[in-house]
Amino acid sequence: MKQIVTWIVIAVVAGSLLLCASGLEFGAPAYQDMDDYMIAHGQEETGGNNIVTDVVFDYRGFDTLGEATVLFTAVLGIGLVLRTLAKEDEEYEYE
Amino acid sequence: MKNMNMSNLVRTSAGLLMPFVLVFGFYIVIHGHLTPGGGFQGGAVIATAFVLLFVAHSRETIRERISLGFMKNTETLGLMLFILTALIALGVGLAFFGNWLVGTGGLFGTPVAFGINPGDLNTGGVIPIMNVAVGLEVLGAMSVIILAMLSGIGREA
Repeated sequence: MKQIVTWIVIAVVAGSLLLCASGLEFGAPAYQDMDDYMIAHGQEETGGNNIVTDVVFDYRGFDTLGEATVLFTAVLGIGLVLRTLAKEDEEYEYE
Repeated sequence: MKNMNMSNLVRTSAGLLMPFVLVFGFYIVIHGHLTPGGGFQGGAVIATAFVLLFVAHSRETIRERISLGFMKNTETLGLMLFILTALIALGVGLAFFGNWLVGTGGLFGTPVAFGINPGDLNTGGVIPIMNVAVGLEVLGAMSVIILAMLSGIGREA
């Protein structure tokens, strides 16, 4: 009984979401003023031909800084978890 | 643990392939502002070249050639260069992360034409510098992760 209810809920939610999505046109976002601006001015403002890189490293530099910080934190966490192993390894190496 | 390296064939193939993977990775990093790719992607490709070596050789051989400290320093250097490039913009009167090299005519300052063109390496302002910085960071980070995990192979938990 519980399972049937679960499946009905899933079907209703998925169906309503699909119904909403079926009205959208593929490749036509609702707001594209920003895209148009970046394509029109990206080359002269940032000097890069690759608009994606222009956005990542110039218009949205803060995002990239956060991304780099996430990577740094990931390395920090892995180093913390595997610290004992690395230390043993170094002792093993220098003996 | 001593003889955990692969066969001679695998080691030779890895050694032969590694320069090409390295060149491809550096190409992706350097041409980040002209072609698809950039610092993250190129750094990952360069790290793959090192992972190829790690897979093929024994742990002892790798420990002799590539040290964990060197890779840590590479990562830190990349992140420092990235933040420093962003900070210099404050010094010349722009906002943080402002592009202080574009259009100056000097290093990476050649003006670029609008529209589809093959492009010039000497364009992009600070974008190539940041690409190299992020490439260094990703290369160091991935290598540190793989090296740290490698030190646990064959050990009891």
